[in-house]
Amino acid sequence: MVGQHQGGQTAKAAQHAAHPTHHEELSFWSRYVFSTDHKVIGIQYTVTGLLFLFFGFCLMMLMRWQLAYPGEAIPLIGTWFGEARAPGGVMLPEFYNELGAMHGTIMVFLGVVPIGVGGFGNFVLPLQIGAADMAFPRLNMFSYQFFLLGGLVMLASFFIPGGAAQSGWTSYAPLAVINPGQTAWGFGMVLIITSSLLGALNFITTTIQLRAKGMSFWRFPFFVWAQFVTAFLLLLAFPPLEAATVMQLMDRLAGSSFFLPAGLVVSGQPMLNTGGGNPLLWQHLFWFLAHPEVYVLILPALGIVAEVIANNTRKPLWGYRAMVYSLFFLGFMSFIVWAHHMFITGMGSAMATFFQTTTMIISIPSVVILASLLLSLWGGSIRFNTPMLFALAFLPMFGIGGLTGLPLGLSTPDIHLHDTYYVIGHFHYVVAPGTIFAFFAGLYYWYPKATGRRMNETLGKLHFWPSLVFMNGIFLPMFWIGLAGVSRRLYDGGATYGFGPQVTGMISLSSWSAWLLALGQIPFIVNFFWSLRHGEVVDRNPWQATTVEWQAPSPPPHGNFDRAPVVYRGPYDYSPPGYAVDFVPQTQEA
Amino acid sequence: MDALIPYITEPREDTGVTNSKICIWLFLASEVMLFGAFFATYIVLRMGSTSWPRGWEIQNVPLGALNTVVLITSSVTMVMAWASLERRDLAKFQRFIGTTVVLGGVFLVIKYFEYSAKFHHHLGPSTSTYLAIYFTMTGLHALHIIFGMGTNGYFWVTGRSYWQAGDQLLLVNRVENAGLFWHFVDIVWIFLFPILYLM
Repeated sequence: MVGQHQGGQTAKAAQHAAHPTHHEELSFWSRYVFSTDHKVIGIQYTVTGLLFLFFGFCLMMLMRWQLAYPGEAIPLIGTWFGEARAPGGVMLPEFYNELGAMHGTIMVFLGVVPIGVGGFGNFVLPLQIGAADMAFPRLNMFSYQFFLLGGLVMLASFFIPGGAAQSGWTSYAPLAVINPGQTAWGFGMVLIITSSLLGALNFITTTIQLRAKGMSFWRFPFFVWAQFVTAFLLLLAFPPLEAATVMQLMDRLAGSSFFLPAGLVVSGQPMLNTGGGNPLLWQHLFWFLAHPEVYVLILPALGIVAEVIANNTRKPLWGYRAMVYSLFFLGFMSFIVWAHHMFITGMGSAMATFFQTTTMIISIPSVVILASLLLSLWGGSIRFNTPMLFALAFLPMFGIGGLTGLPLGLSTPDIHLHDTYYVIGHFHYVVAPGTIFAFFAGLYYWYPKATGRRMNETLGKLHFWPSLVFMNGIFLPMFWIGLAGVSRRLYDGGATYGFGPQVTGMISLSSWSAWLLALGQIPFIVNFFWSLRHGEVVDRNPWQATTVEWQAPSPPPHGNFDRAPVVYRGPYDYSPPGYAVDFVPQTQEA
Repeated sequence: MDALIPYITEPREDTGVTNSKICIWLFLASEVMLFGAFFATYIVLRMGSTSWPRGWEIQNVPLGALNTVVLITSSVTMVMAWASLERRDLAKFQRFIGTTVVLGGVFLVIKYFEYSAKFHHHLGPSTSTYLAIYFTMTGLHALHIIFGMGTNGYFWVTGRSYWQAGDQLLLVNRVENAGLFWHFVDIVWIFLFPILYLM
């Protein structure tokens, strides 16, 4: 049986070697648009995700004007938004609400998740486990197309009568149910959830089934583990939001009352619904998704950072197994902490105690992973290239984000901090300078694999330093603004409240940092396109890395490897004793 | 593509399963979470309500019971279809898979009569929370029935060409997966029937 099986594999490997590029005659459409190749789909996801990220950032820059200079006309571009949204260039509250809701939705569901999972996961995971492609290439293509369609529905919602969703990315009932833009939001979400379901099925199956010969589970790079756990979260946490979205659509379109109490009055008119629904039910279903979603945002980032750090310290990851066990514990615990988002909804103290306890427990594996990454630096011969700079910056940024979360996870301090700018500062530290820095690290790190050229280092550093300074310029003041009591969704940044004058300076600092951060991305955009043609041409393994993806040609052809790779050792054999070189690839025989 | 991806028809030796077998179980796990959210909603809304109708006051219980019998029978014929394939009996397979598809159709026709009777009496999702959850859950379930009929119908029609192409094993695997999905849809109904008709 064993012999037969290996024989089959060798025959297949020979077949690969004989026709490594037998799909070359594909047309433009089937090669770049309707591609089933995981690398092309990964790049499609990454580029689309980056565009959505930029769009979401633009929405935020508009909001930052209104917060810093409430009631003043937006300079230069104020008249672009029409009299209905910004008469005379002055933003209306309804427009501000649209921007806020869509900023959150776009950044989370159309920016960060697609880049981290759809982009990096698709491109890197099959290569790292030595697979020729994903297990279900056509499903993979559909996954991208559902995502794109969902994204287009979300964008189109700005142009339909009534505008886009206005009730925050959390879409709390009953406010969301009476908002016309919510219908498009709901349909967009159903498409996006379908996309992530197809992706998750594909990732888990690929990881279990398509490992190269010798690639046992404990030889997985940390990135593969991170994607594996993330896929389970996507698989199991998203369906309840799909159910909730369907019910919200029913409330909007079929007149049901899942999330509506009786006796609502909308714009002075009594709402003729039967009532009997439960607005808190929406919050439970939403956060049952959205807390695991937090880990969907951060785990791929941790995976990327682990790869970059191991590679650029030239030593094995410290505590690899503890990190993997922590991942699993994180994934499991993330399903039983959701109600810490709801401490002030009037839940009983017994429930609050349960959820604050689980929340404190879940911080432990996060600390284990972060501490392992920090300890990995100890005694390393660190190379300070651009990917490494971003990966290093990730560590304290994620640390700040995580530590400022602890007071929010305890029900008593949360009463004061809930829904203030403190919360905004906290989770943005995790996701913006956290996850997005990790994505930049990953982009600079795997760009040579995807294109065969390295990105420019000088431009990379010109990108890194302003990003680091201005990211902190945006989010650090928010902790003070929040502690002063400014609520997160105030249209004027609290200017009309008693605490307003104390915080206007910090709000302006935050806003100017956001606009300067946009300028700081110009070197990246230039670098991204310039390096496609003019970057330094590199061979297969420009970073002298151990993991399997670097054994494939750069860029890898359809089918990835010249011959099916065989794995002989763990993922991080850097600086092993008794070798002349400071790295031994996983595919090198002992 | 088939040359690139192994373990489509033959199981991988150390995991003992084919790719699609893992995929369908994962998919069903996800479906459990989807319907689980609806069942949780049912419990939360019913517990929090001051008045909740008894199912039999609104529903036609004999029709619902008949539909339960129809679906359980279709699960039996689904297994028989797969078992006939395992014994490489194509004609028998086509008879059983055809019966499964037809029984799915019978279920939908009965469901159509139940729905139209309610609409006729102006009972809809906006009438009460009970009816809202009734229409949402049974509607979603009906969509699953339609999807399952689509897959089963596809194998009914294309079974012969799999046979002629020599892809017997591939067809067996795929029908097994389609069967797992069909049984799942059946099991969901077995939970829906009591909570919506009998309680």
